[in-house]
Amino acid sequence: MDWLNAIVQGTLLGGLYALFAAGLSLIFGVMRLVNIAHGDLIVLAAYLGLSTSIALGMHPLLVLVAVVPAMAGMGYVLQRGVLNRTLGDDILPPLLVTFGLSVIVQNALLEIYTADPRKMDAGGLETASVDLGGLTLGVLPVLTFAVAVGVIAGLQWVFYRTALGRAFRAVSDNQDIAQIMGLNKAHVFGLAMALSLAVVAVAGIFLGIRTSFDPSIGGGRLIFGFEAVIIGGLGNLWGTLAGGVILGVAQTVGAAIDPGWQLLAGHLVFLLILAIRPNGLFPRMDG
Amino acid sequence: MAILQLASLSKSFGAVTVADALTYEVQQGQALGVIGPNGAGKTSMFNLITGTLAPDSGRVVFDGRDVTGLGAAARSRLGIARSFQVPQPFSHLTVFENAMVAATQAAGFWGREAEMLCLDVLERTGLMDKANRRAGGLTLLDRKRLELTRALCARPRLLLLDEIAGGLTEAECQSLVETIRDIHASGVSIIWIEHVVHALLAVVDRLVVIDYGRKIGEGDPRAVMASREVQEIYLGIEADA
Repeated sequence: MDWLNAIVQGTLLGGLYALFAAGLSLIFGVMRLVNIAHGDLIVLAAYLGLSTSIALGMHPLLVLVAVVPAMAGMGYVLQRGVLNRTLGDDILPPLLVTFGLSVIVQNALLEIYTADPRKMDAGGLETASVDLGGLTLGVLPVLTFAVAVGVIAGLQWVFYRTALGRAFRAVSDNQDIAQIMGLNKAHVFGLAMALSLAVVAVAGIFLGIRTSFDPSIGGGRLIFGFEAVIIGGLGNLWGTLAGGVILGVAQTVGAAIDPGWQLLAGHLVFLLILAIRPNGLFPRMDG
Repeated sequence: MAILQLASLSKSFGAVTVADALTYEVQQGQALGVIGPNGAGKTSMFNLITGTLAPDSGRVVFDGRDVTGLGAAARSRLGIARSFQVPQPFSHLTVFENAMVAATQAAGFWGREAEMLCLDVLERTGLMDKANRRAGGLTLLDRKRLELTRALCARPRLLLLDEIAGGLTEAECQSLVETIRDIHASGVSIIWIEHVVHALLAVVDRLVVIDYGRKIGEGDPRAVMASREVQEIYLGIEADA
């Protein structure tokens, strides 16, 4: 039962990792941009949620209605004001600029909120659980996983069933031709980043309810997101969910063997998969 | 009235000049043919007209409006569409999706209206039965048809065709000429770059000859073809022979 428990908890944890990863995967797919600040933006969203929740006395899950549009708007402005200028044939400028952004976000949060760990108060949601014949499931992890599945399904729908998704895929396919077909690349990229940071907002809120956070943890979230994307295969959103789950299970099973092994086990499984299947487990079929 | 005016358009890449004070007009509803040797700057001229390439000097005027400062996306929404010599479909999208990008983004149609336009054009260009195939897997002929399909779904007022007849069989070429004639008859102005001269002459009202980015001849197609400049370029006759 211990093993089954570890696997189930790991699967649910994978939902959170998939939320970390989905936005990262989306913008890489559309504009080949690797956003080093992704993890710090998740932490920024968590702090935004914390402040809004305290200021308005609202439940952390309810502040999603404010934090999601705020982060999306920030994403659009960030992309059009800064990141679009870094995109070109050279892959180095966007890496450097998002790295710089990561440093700025981290230090700004440190300045405003100090280094003390904070946590959002979800009124007992974080400790609520249901008992399923010896298996105890936390309500929050189950909810997180369900939201992750919903987010991935939603992104999948946007990508393959809407005009916006067609625009994303057309620009991703051939930027120059897309321009000649009337697509404003700068605007499409802005919308992609807005969607990415909307998902980041959801990830940040669920992170902040689940565990305590401080300004320095962004880098770790970025790594988990990256690992989930790579394990699942670039450009495949459902693969990203699977990647998150595999990473989560590796960590909880590792922790079940020895509590010190949690992170190491996750990284080892990631390296193993990278060595055996460099394109990930489920690379995009039409790639 | 002129749908397109090029006014002393010049562009060089270092020592290579692709447009040298290029000046000509295309009247509303006219079909203009462009010929010239390889490397004469014909495709670059299209890039200058669509806005993919910015000129060093000179102006591009579309429908009375100076569009020299506008980007490719804005110009396509004004009604300039082109096909590429080497077909460049969105290869991960289906044929229908390729058409829909043009119909929604360039032509500005939405929903059912855009779908009807695409279906109509696919029927005309003969790609209907391949509408749900991925564009990356098409044969050369079908890719050329897709180029034309996308350009037409953009509902252009000025259609730029870049060597669309090249590499086709005689029968394929004949049906393509019929399609282009229909498009022309519907009132769309056309500039057509083509090496397959008999296909070109079956459609165009006027001919421009370009070499080293310069216009070296212009006028009635048959008169231009018979002129000494063209004979020199195509047949290698010496000027004083």
